[in-house]
Amino acid sequence: MKKAGLKSLDFAALWRGLTRPDPAGTDRVVPPTGFTAQLTVFSAGAMAFLAVFALALALATGRLAERWSTELAQTVTVRVSAPADQLDEQTAAVMEALKTTPGIAEAKILPDDQVEKLLEPWFGPDVPVEALPVPRLIEVVEGDEGFDAEALRLRLQGEAPGAVLDDHTRWRQPLVSAANRLRVLGLFSLLLIAATAGAMITLAAKAALAANGQVIRVLRLIGARDITIATAFVRRFTRRAAMGAAGGTVLGLLAVWALPSVDQAGGFLTGLGFQGWGWLWPLLIPVAAAAIGFGATRWAALRMLREVR
Amino acid sequence: MIEMQNLSFGYSGGDPLLADMTLSLQPGSFHFLTGPSGAGKTTFLRLCYAELLPTSGRMTAFGQDVTGLTRDGIAGLRRRVGVVHQDTQFLDHLPVAENLALPLMVSGATIDMAALGDLLAWVQLGNHARAMPPELSGGERQRAALARAVIMSPDLILADEPTGNLDWDMSMRLLQLLIELNRSGKAVVIATHDLNLIRAAKQQVQARVLRIAGKRLQLAGADL
Repeated sequence: MKKAGLKSLDFAALWRGLTRPDPAGTDRVVPPTGFTAQLTVFSAGAMAFLAVFALALALATGRLAERWSTELAQTVTVRVSAPADQLDEQTAAVMEALKTTPGIAEAKILPDDQVEKLLEPWFGPDVPVEALPVPRLIEVVEGDEGFDAEALRLRLQGEAPGAVLDDHTRWRQPLVSAANRLRVLGLFSLLLIAATAGAMITLAAKAALAANGQVIRVLRLIGARDITIATAFVRRFTRRAAMGAAGGTVLGLLAVWALPSVDQAGGFLTGLGFQGWGWLWPLLIPVAAAAIGFGATRWAALRMLREVR
Repeated sequence: MIEMQNLSFGYSGGDPLLADMTLSLQPGSFHFLTGPSGAGKTTFLRLCYAELLPTSGRMTAFGQDVTGLTRDGIAGLRRRVGVVHQDTQFLDHLPVAENLALPLMVSGATIDMAALGDLLAWVQLGNHARAMPPELSGGERQRAALARAVIMSPDLILADEPTGNLDWDMSMRLLQLLIELNRSGKAVVIATHDLNLIRAAKQQVQARVLRIAGKRLQLAGADL
């Protein structure tokens, strides 16, 4: 038997059918599915809730990696610890060495007030820095081409034995790498959640279509066009996906909002959340869920209708 | 209206169930289709509303070659053909009135509630508008199916064993409705092997009797 094509079920036609009001109540031709409907809404909600956290994780780790990367280029320091009578001499030797080292853009001695700030967490405010045997700190800004840390270390050893090159990059690099991987993981989780939501909605739509095979056959026999039948199903599942996802997104946002603040938690948790315009990103989740519901149901409807003449 | 020329049909590419049929169904005509069980009466009707397509030969419906129809074209054809199925297919989650209005609903047409009420009264189901299909008796279901078949004011009405499960009085009531439709200009084809029904109809209307025998369509004699 020759089979006619399903050309009328293109995206544009289906979208028009979906956005048009339904005064004739055509959607009522699909029987209410009760439990299946609730499961679809629940699944979409749960996926959206998880998506909010995955999005928060991706954004937070992105910020973290960026912060660490930025600090990476600024946090090379040279610590000069020497007896008081040699401190100025060794500091001058270090500065001279730094100036002549290729790949170093800038080197400056940290002023006392900044050293005081660094010590404040341990000694409290108003630390008499000048009265303490505090080592002198030199902040080094690395040039774009970078410098040979090992060679500098050896040179300092010879010219200023009390100087120690504190190269933070060696321990920050793995952290930045880990943060970047976490960001990728967060984005991958988002994709996985979207795919799972799509699979679940497809399954629910397929189950509903299969359960309503007789309804579809009757509708075709009385002259219903494919677009009319598909729209009734697509409209229903798109709405369910969007409604469930909207609920899940709101709950997810509330949960993220309720996380401890930066000041209270500290450490890694400080970044897990949204900042500024970032709070708007989760609003895309219900839209994405509706799009997934639309696409998944259309696909399932196409397959089902192909079997009914 | 429906033209068949040397039409044959067989399921799944097997031996033809119907072979070399030539027929012209004219507007306002009244036909009975008879033949033993399994002869292909239902298949013939399914060909008429393009649920099946001929495996060879040619068939046109309302001037269009059915083999060239798109799926939307098939839907359009079915809006011009009212079908009373043997197993009266309803949507059980909708009340009778909405089941009757289904063809209007799916075609996007406005539902005239007064006309719907008149239609229900015409098939004597005025008190069952809000009943659900499973609550109807066999006769009531057949009349409801007839009402649904005519709500779009089709040019052709096909009825597949419409009186198969009905007692004689109910069969006569249904026949009267079909005769009324024919008198209003609709073409009617009734598949049945109830000879009494055919005799009763021929007393009131100019009906031709077609018989499917040996895979072929024949015009039966007048001496029924």
